[in-house]
Amino acid sequence: MTTKLVGAPVARSEDPRLLRGEGRYVDDLGQDAYEVAVVRSPHAHARIERIDLDAALEVDGLISIYIFEDLPQRLQEPLPLLIPHPAISHGRTQYVLANGEVNHVGEAIALVVAEDRYAAEDAVERILVEYEPLPAVVGPELARDAEHAVHDDIPSNVAAHLEQTIGDAPSAIADAPHRLSFRLDIERSASTPMETRGTYARWDADDQRLRLYSSTQAPTSVRAAVAAYLELDLAQVECIAPDIGGGFGVKIMHPWPEEILVPWVAKVLGHDVKFTEDRREHFVSANHERSQVQWIEVGFDDDGRILGLDVEFVHDHGAYIPYGLIVPIITSTQLIGPYKLENYRVTFDSVYTNTTPVTPYRGAGRPQGCFAMERTIDRVAAHLGKDRTEVRAVNFLQPEELPYDFGLMFQDGRAYRYDSGDFPGSLAALKELVDWDGFAQRRAAAQAEGRLLGIGMAAYVEGTGVGPYEGGHVLVEPNGTVQVSTGLSTQGQGHQTSFAQIAADELGVDVADVKVVTGDTRRFPYAVGTFASRAAVMSGNAIHLAARKVREKALRIASEALEVDAQDLELAEGQVRVKGSPDTAIDLNVVATMSNPLRYAFDEAARIATQFAQPGDPDAPPVADDDAPGLEATDYYSPTQSTFANGMHAVEVEVDPDTSDITVQRYAVVHDCGTLLNPTIVKGQVLGGVAQGVGGALYERMAYDEHGQLQNASFMDFLMPYATEVPSVDIDHLETPSPLNPLGIKGAGEAGVIPGSAAIAAAIEDATGITIDAMPITPSQLHDRRLAAASSTS
Amino acid sequence: MKPSAFAYHAPHSLEAALDTLAELGEDGKVLAGGQSLVPLLNMRLAAPAALVDLARIDGLDTVEVTDREVRVDARVTHERLRTHVAATDAIPLLREALDWVAHPVIRNRGTALGSIVHADPAGELPAVLALLGGHVELASAPGRRTATADDYLVGPLESDTRPGELATAVVFPRPEPGTGSAFDELARRHGDYALAGVGVTVTLDDDRKVRRADAAFIGVGATPIQVPLTDALAGQASDALEPDDAIDLARSTIDPEDDIHATARYRRHLAGVLLGRALQTAAARAAAGGTA
Repeated sequence: MTTKLVGAPVARSEDPRLLRGEGRYVDDLGQDAYEVAVVRSPHAHARIERIDLDAALEVDGLISIYIFEDLPQRLQEPLPLLIPHPAISHGRTQYVLANGEVNHVGEAIALVVAEDRYAAEDAVERILVEYEPLPAVVGPELARDAEHAVHDDIPSNVAAHLEQTIGDAPSAIADAPHRLSFRLDIERSASTPMETRGTYARWDADDQRLRLYSSTQAPTSVRAAVAAYLELDLAQVECIAPDIGGGFGVKIMHPWPEEILVPWVAKVLGHDVKFTEDRREHFVSANHERSQVQWIEVGFDDDGRILGLDVEFVHDHGAYIPYGLIVPIITSTQLIGPYKLENYRVTFDSVYTNTTPVTPYRGAGRPQGCFAMERTIDRVAAHLGKDRTEVRAVNFLQPEELPYDFGLMFQDGRAYRYDSGDFPGSLAALKELVDWDGFAQRRAAAQAEGRLLGIGMAAYVEGTGVGPYEGGHVLVEPNGTVQVSTGLSTQGQGHQTSFAQIAADELGVDVADVKVVTGDTRRFPYAVGTFASRAAVMSGNAIHLAARKVREKALRIASEALEVDAQDLELAEGQVRVKGSPDTAIDLNVVATMSNPLRYAFDEAARIATQFAQPGDPDAPPVADDDAPGLEATDYYSPTQSTFANGMHAVEVEVDPDTSDITVQRYAVVHDCGTLLNPTIVKGQVLGGVAQGVGGALYERMAYDEHGQLQNASFMDFLMPYATEVPSVDIDHLETPSPLNPLGIKGAGEAGVIPGSAAIAAAIEDATGITIDAMPITPSQLHDRRLAAASSTS
Repeated sequence: MKPSAFAYHAPHSLEAALDTLAELGEDGKVLAGGQSLVPLLNMRLAAPAALVDLARIDGLDTVEVTDREVRVDARVTHERLRTHVAATDAIPLLREALDWVAHPVIRNRGTALGSIVHADPAGELPAVLALLGGHVELASAPGRRTATADDYLVGPLESDTRPGELATAVVFPRPEPGTGSAFDELARRHGDYALAGVGVTVTLDDDRKVRRADAAFIGVGATPIQVPLTDALAGQASDALEPDDAIDLARSTIDPEDDIHATARYRRHLAGVLLGRALQTAAARAAAGGTA
């Protein structure tokens, strides 16, 4: 019997290639392509008075320059509002090139095409744009104050207002024995993948076809958008996401202006064209996330049981709202976490500011929600003088209460219903992993040496595997290779390995014989995309279902060939064989050959499938009515709702009493994403998430000044943590299988990042006694807070 | 982030380099390790008409240690100096300061002298040069000169390197016997430019009392800020140092600014904390035998 591969720590098959530098990223392609550079707004808000191209036209190597007025009518329409929602009363999206007005630093104004990027940048430097600067609206509160408007016809700056309720929170709070109200702030950050955005287009004039390579998390949707804007048939357009150097959410946004402009220019010029965004551009022209201001009111009893929670927040979505309300909706629902809230009201305004637009970044609104809820629980515990884990425990939904429907609508328009989980079990595991109960002793020992230690924790529930669907195609070739494809793309998640494990398990083949292709519309044209921790759940299950169909077909063919009942056969070691007597077997590749009735014996192996070698029933057609040639199948997985993973993090920090420098000393993660497909890959996902969580808590911040200028648009000043800043992490995996899908899996991609700010804030608060209500926090800020606290108590 | 067009010269001798620089005048810029210059070029914050690369010059790659000084040629990288046993035995402060410089990949290419020419006010080596009272040797087609740290480090990212000139070596004097030193800083991330940092030297007399003390701060002014601390510390026992006066003096001398990473107030506070710690360390090292 072949060992089961799902659940095994199979080494990532993609790594040797990537580590040897053999990855093929967009910028590795199209070495002869023209390259583009973009004139971008230096102003946060301005009207464009005049664009003077004369000096730029002298540049050696220049091919062409385009501004808004040069575009065909279809390209003069605004980019799509990708996810419409009835609550969006004032939706605005940008143009591919600015139409008379710019609304954030970095907005595209003119496209330069040149023989190489050097010449393109020379031309960009020589294009003169005259602006009439307008007042910039920066920050969610100024936006809501609405002294100035981002868009003239939206004087309130509010794109959408949404309220959701469970029970009657205001009354429950009014009647509660204890009440607290406070404000929380989370600053702006961004995905900042190692590979920036990139698009490369080839127009084939002979075939009248467009091939597009893009560094995207949604190649099928990019294909559809490009076909629509270029007024081509879908059949004329193919989109491929080659190796991608990280996405973390920013590349689910599409179509970017350049994703439309580059293929259009390639078609106009009849020449390959490529755009490779540079890092400085990426900081201002690729989307950000996180920024929110939250006001919280909570009522609770003597045990810390939350009786009512009322949350109002302002979500800063930047200059445009292309991705709809996904981020604030996720915040407003996922805020609830593992707790049983029977009276909850959440309202938010999603507001325009003159800053780079906000669309999902790993976590996608959940870190903000987790921060709100977990800081609330810590406040309740502090108010009552109780252990913070005890207050969490009294509020947990119990395992026997699941599935639990909160009566809210989730980001997919479907029920916010937790399918499974064991929150008390997770807490018990976390407390043991971090030795929560032994901390008092550690703290005392440190204190004796003049050192300040603190511990904190945070819990989250993450809706993963959001619909509507994904598909999988599995094909056994006559040479025995198993070809697997799915439409969504891969940005480093190890899909080549984990999807191969799933197919290999069903087909009883060596995992090395399975080849996985993702994100190539030539291979699989139907897909949604890679986001919301959904690839394993959605494509994993689809591939599982498709492989099961292939397995059934192989059993049927082998059953006829061996004249053995299919129930007595198994697939193992690359064969279909009789259970208990493995000598009676037929190789799977032979089954594949037999599945396709042939006329021509193009090679020796093919002879068995030709008409005289395999006479069959002379009265039946060689391919039955309900059958098709080939050992292959396609299937789709489309769930009725998301599946909910959960986890808890605990952190010990040390604060230097003199410098207020903050060091994470210990980081523990208990994580439950259902059945583990590959523990090594899940561990990698968690560790990467924790690194980004630490970044969001202590280092990363998009520092806009009041004029809407981003002051730290480089990795010198935008402080992504180095390996030296990321702690080692203890991880404990629980496995509560999801009842919603055949594999019992839940998503794991975003989990690691969600509770970082909440847990680290709690630990800093515990170490210093200073209430932490805004993240990220720097030593300088903590120093100021400690000084202020010292002066107010003295 | 592609540079403007520039002419590229890679002379094989110092003389050829100086001739080329003389011809280029204001248009010429020297390229050594490129760890600061190349990003500036790529971001088009600098657009010199011509670069003169030192990479192929025969020579300019010696570290010379004498009884009096450590002399470091223009092509010596941070990492080579950091791991040069004779140099760092002679001046342990060099090793300690270089440990704070960036990351291995940068230290492997960036040159010690290049960071002094670049004159970033948060750079470690300019502060060491100032603290030890060293100087820079400069050559040009017409002749040679030397410049003391005080004269050479003019302002932020500004050193007194004149058109046609090449900084050929930096000379760090060895501290006198009985001297201990320390370098301490705090950066947001390991290897970043410091929020504030300080190098100190403490020289003890035969009774292990402070005879002389000096500090040079980074990241809190336009250039390395030197603060003579002898008056504040003279006569204090090395194992019972009371640095409060020195800290007050330093905090009132330095001139930090606000930026997105820290307030001026925090930097002033931090510089004092670091000074206190560095003085204790340096005094203990001096008591344990020095030198530096």
